[in-house]
Amino acid sequence: MDHFARLGLPAALELEPATLDRVYFAAQRQWHPDRFVARPPEERARASTEAAGLNDAYRILKDPLSRAFYLAELNGVELPGDGKTIDDPDLLMEALEAREALHEAATPEAVDALAALARQDVQQALNGLGTLFLRHDNAAIRKALLRLRYLDKFAEEARARRTNLQRVKA
Amino acid sequence: MSLLEIHEPGETPLPHAGEASLAVGIDLGTTNSVVAIAREGVPAALHDETGKALVPSIVAYPDAGGVLVGEEARLLMAREPRNAVASIKRLMGRGAADLHTVAGVLPYEIEPGSGQTDMVKLRIGGKARSPVEISAEILKSLRARAEAALDKPVERAVITVPAYFDDAARTATRDAARVAGLEVLRLVNEPTAAALAYGLDKGSEGLYAVYDLGGGTFDFSLLRLEKGVFQVLATGGDAALGGDDFDRAIAERMLAERKRDGLADQIDEAAVKTALTLARQMKEQLSDRDQTSGRLEIAGMPSFHALARAEFEAMIEASVARTLDIAANVLTDAGMSVSDVQGVVLVGGSTRLPLVRMEVAGMIGKPALTDIDPDEVVALGAALQAEALTGGGDTLLLDVTPLSLGLETMGGIVEKVVPRNTPIPVQLAQDFTTYQDGQTAMAIHVVQGEREMVADCRSLARFELSGIPPMTAGAARIRVSFAVDADGLLAVSAEERTTGVAQRIEVKPSYGLSHEDMADMLYDSLDNAETDMMQRLLAEARVEARRNLLALDAALAKDGALLTIEERAAVDEGRARVEAAIAGDDRDAINAAAEALEALSKPFAERRMDRGIREALAGLSVGDLESRVGE
Repeated sequence: MDHFARLGLPAALELEPATLDRVYFAAQRQWHPDRFVARPPEERARASTEAAGLNDAYRILKDPLSRAFYLAELNGVELPGDGKTIDDPDLLMEALEAREALHEAATPEAVDALAALARQDVQQALNGLGTLFLRHDNAAIRKALLRLRYLDKFAEEARARRTNLQRVKA
Repeated sequence: MSLLEIHEPGETPLPHAGEASLAVGIDLGTTNSVVAIAREGVPAALHDETGKALVPSIVAYPDAGGVLVGEEARLLMAREPRNAVASIKRLMGRGAADLHTVAGVLPYEIEPGSGQTDMVKLRIGGKARSPVEISAEILKSLRARAEAALDKPVERAVITVPAYFDDAARTATRDAARVAGLEVLRLVNEPTAAALAYGLDKGSEGLYAVYDLGGGTFDFSLLRLEKGVFQVLATGGDAALGGDDFDRAIAERMLAERKRDGLADQIDEAAVKTALTLARQMKEQLSDRDQTSGRLEIAGMPSFHALARAEFEAMIEASVARTLDIAANVLTDAGMSVSDVQGVVLVGGSTRLPLVRMEVAGMIGKPALTDIDPDEVVALGAALQAEALTGGGDTLLLDVTPLSLGLETMGGIVEKVVPRNTPIPVQLAQDFTTYQDGQTAMAIHVVQGEREMVADCRSLARFELSGIPPMTAGAARIRVSFAVDADGLLAVSAEERTTGVAQRIEVKPSYGLSHEDMADMLYDSLDNAETDMMQRLLAEARVEARRNLLALDAALAKDGALLTIEERAAVDEGRARVEAAIAGDDRDAINAAAEALEALSKPFAERRMDRGIREALAGLSVGDLESRVGE
């Protein structure tokens, strides 16, 4: 059973956090091991497995980025493994320029500004992705997801750079 | 007269322990323990004849025989110090390897277990006793107190543990309960229990923080409350930061003042203990007034010390600031900001300090919730959960793993399988593969911590998956599954997927992670994120280069004849350059040498491939061909 089906949700990118919480809490009320304290061991084991499955589904679907990747996988979009070379020339150029800008950012504030831009880009890319899924445009989905993966990495690097700058200051 | 309740047919709750035996909540603390009971959603701590709810977590084995717990044990401690033990919680699940972290902190004769893997024992009252049996004495005493207060047998309990307690310490706590004749319904994390006490009391909804500053540890957790659901979003802390540090700061100041005034003290253990006791009293007094003083007498020489609240606050300011930093990190982990927090619950005696209250309220921007006694709040929450578990209450507790769990891979790199703050119970699996041709066994090393390198994380368990059929490197599919149950206990299993060779172990880490280790590991990971990444990249480059060398050696051994003498010499030279680069610390040099070698051996690889195809097709039947492809 896929993660959407497990929670009784339609397999779509758009998902209100409140909706996800509601169905997840309802399902955990039924399956959480705390509900099975006085039951026989087989039932307890079953509950533990079900609750773990629910937690896994919740974890994957909660974050819009991981939800997008998961949905792409369900739709048969093939992505290169993590850490592989970027094969999209536009994205490669964007990545090189952004990295250079990050390298030149000398204050935590400058890094924050770059990170804020990256966050905006992530949001925009996610917004556009919903339509692509509806159109089943797997090639465009693949391109968008690779860019999202890069933006996410960039945000992580920005965080590390910021920590580093602050430490130097301190 | 109250009305009798009648349940819907078929909806009668499970045989309610109600009449026969009751379930209590127990806060088994480092300094003090508390037992509480909840009835119809109202929790109450159980008091002794003198009205005290707090039982000092001290156990004594008097020369006269028998066992004393609590206040009586504390009294005996003064007369027979070698027969009494305090702060046993710090040794729960600890092994010989942890001793260096507590040696000197705990004034006991400690005997390492028979091997490196056993929990330590203490020589107390002339006998070696394990932390489990000593803790069991505290639990027995709490159980007896509950049975006396309730006039009913008590056989089941919810027991709280620090959010940061690792697997070994949790297991040891469960074992202690069993020795005390208590069935553990659930181990609940202390901050979660505290939130439970406040949440149900107030019917609150929204995002709440729990700031728990105890005698020796600090925990900060973020929970979301919604219609009876308690969802822990993230948790973090520093286990080497607490009220004890504040006492030490005051004590050091007084000892320094004596020295300045020309008192030539012999600072032995007794002197330090006396100074610490006075320091603690002065600290507590400064919660209600601006100025205090104390008289310190060491070896018959008295001295007088004044301390203003402002001075004391200056001494502890850095520590308090650190707790706020940790809180900010936990907020980041949860993807939340301060403005999302609706209230903060204060837990632990050290939150009585006005500076702590002010700073926390200042950070969160809202006054702290303090109306439940910070020493009792954890036990009250545990009691509520005990009632919910036995009486079929509607509360739901969704907790998380405090530290990441992972496996050691080639080059000493940690591959995280269960990241920290993952909701439990959880079952996650990851596939790994073999490194060498024909490898038939795989060493599985389970670690806990946030750092990238194994050496910086805590080792939990090792086992070996053997009987893997010989295959080419990278062909085997070893699936390693991690399962963490609702009590936070871990089980690991491994299976070779292509043939079904399975091996399962319950991880019973021989010794636990010390609180200090936990905190250090977590904060090191934040401080060292960049160095870690560089180290990881370096280690990965080495692994990759070595893997290629192994493949090349295998190919040379088989088909070396395909090379001319000159070509062979060039390849050997390239190979030596890669070896030299691996020995160094320059990732770029390793990659460059590896690439150069690849270029040098390219013609060789091409010739091998041609020959392989020719051979494969030369006069073989289809069946032969298939078996070859499968090799």
